[in-house]
Amino acid sequence: MTESTAAAGREAYYHERDLPKFGEIAEGAPELARKFFDWYTAVFAEGALDAREKSLIALAVAHAVQCPYCIDAYSQDALAKGSNIDQMTEAVHVAAAIRGGASLVHGVQMRNHVHAHGM
Amino acid sequence: MGRVLPTLHKREAGLASAVAQRARLAEVPLARTFEESLATSGLFPLRPTRLEILQVNVGRRCNQTCKHCHVDAGPDRSEVMPRAVLEAVLAFLAQHRIPRFDITGGAPELHPDFREMVVRAARGGAHVMHRCNLTAILLPNYADIPALLAEHRVEVIASLPYFQARETDAQRGEGVFEESIEGIRRLNALGYGRGTGLELNLVANPVGTFLPGSQAGLEAMWKRELKRRFDLDFDHLFTITNMPISRYLEFLDERGRTVDYMTRLVNAYNPAAAAGVMCRNTLSVGYDGRLFDCDFNQMLDLGLDAAVPQWIFDATPERLAERAIVVGPHCYGCTAGAGSSCGGAVA
Repeated sequence: MTESTAAAGREAYYHERDLPKFGEIAEGAPELARKFFDWYTAVFAEGALDAREKSLIALAVAHAVQCPYCIDAYSQDALAKGSNIDQMTEAVHVAAAIRGGASLVHGVQMRNHVHAHGM
Repeated sequence: MGRVLPTLHKREAGLASAVAQRARLAEVPLARTFEESLATSGLFPLRPTRLEILQVNVGRRCNQTCKHCHVDAGPDRSEVMPRAVLEAVLAFLAQHRIPRFDITGGAPELHPDFREMVVRAARGGAHVMHRCNLTAILLPNYADIPALLAEHRVEVIASLPYFQARETDAQRGEGVFEESIEGIRRLNALGYGRGTGLELNLVANPVGTFLPGSQAGLEAMWKRELKRRFDLDFDHLFTITNMPISRYLEFLDERGRTVDYMTRLVNAYNPAAAAGVMCRNTLSVGYDGRLFDCDFNQMLDLGLDAAVPQWIFDATPERLAERAIVVGPHCYGCTAGAGSSCGGAVA
């Protein structure tokens, strides 16, 4: 690792320039990478859902798992597939609603514990 | 964005000249040159196939100043094809029986002899194509043109990058979407795009720094949305990759995205698209009669291979067939993904 590469690595944990390096992950475990990328490609092929629908789902999930690489990739992919910012924003709201709802619905468990342990 | 902005030429911008654009592109580090990519596909030097399309750029005047325009066209441009060149073009078309005559600009309607050009080319038996911005035909002096196009069975190829105003106006200027919808409405009323044999094809260039998605997928979406929202029809959607020259190159530079965009084009190089590039069956003519392998080379002032005639006045298809097509880094714009041409995807 050169000094400049090391310095670049310290700037931040995430870099836009790292996204195109994703394929290099194969160097550690080529067979696993091949299986992953084949499966990944198959997942996004036109099927019962079309490619644009899958792209919007990916964009929403990218926000749910808060992956900057995925948000970058699928923001552009969604635009390329014809989605607009209104549709993409609604997709992010779906992710946010599920995340928020997932927290809130656990309040039922909280209430169960309160009722079990309270008077 | 206002409706009309000054062109690079008017602003005397850094990228106004072809030389400056070529120099800027040459600075961008690429993993391999376009020539090297062609060589790996067994396509270098790139040779023409049969000449099927004579594409004439009749001038750089336009009533719009789209952000991605590779011509740097606009109201402040004055270049226009003179009469002598027009006659030479029509003579070449007739004498060599070129099947397709593709009229581009600028807004070609603004050429004073546009109507005559259409009529004579069509009467000579060529399939005439008109590259239409959808708004010039609304201007009072040009409102008769759609009927003339219909009368002569001219194929209309019209730009509409999106089915909503926000995206379309961001690329083409404020208010352009609404007028474009009216333009399509008038064409539809004449039978264009409605199964009468009058062909209306739309062109979508990405509104941003991304590459076009699947042409078939986008066509289905454009058809559905234009029908549902405006009761409009068309035949096919052509996706065209934004070419990293002229105003789009300035846009990329302003965004700091030039290297990223070029890298993306190189990484998306598709040998099948390279085999089908439009320069192999097209001859491009400048407003002054100079010949080029394509309209993009024309704007970069990259003339034909020096071994063949350079002007419409003394060229023949036989002599031009001997040439090697002139290429450069911008050519990656036509070979990325499914490829890109004036007729959309090629692979």
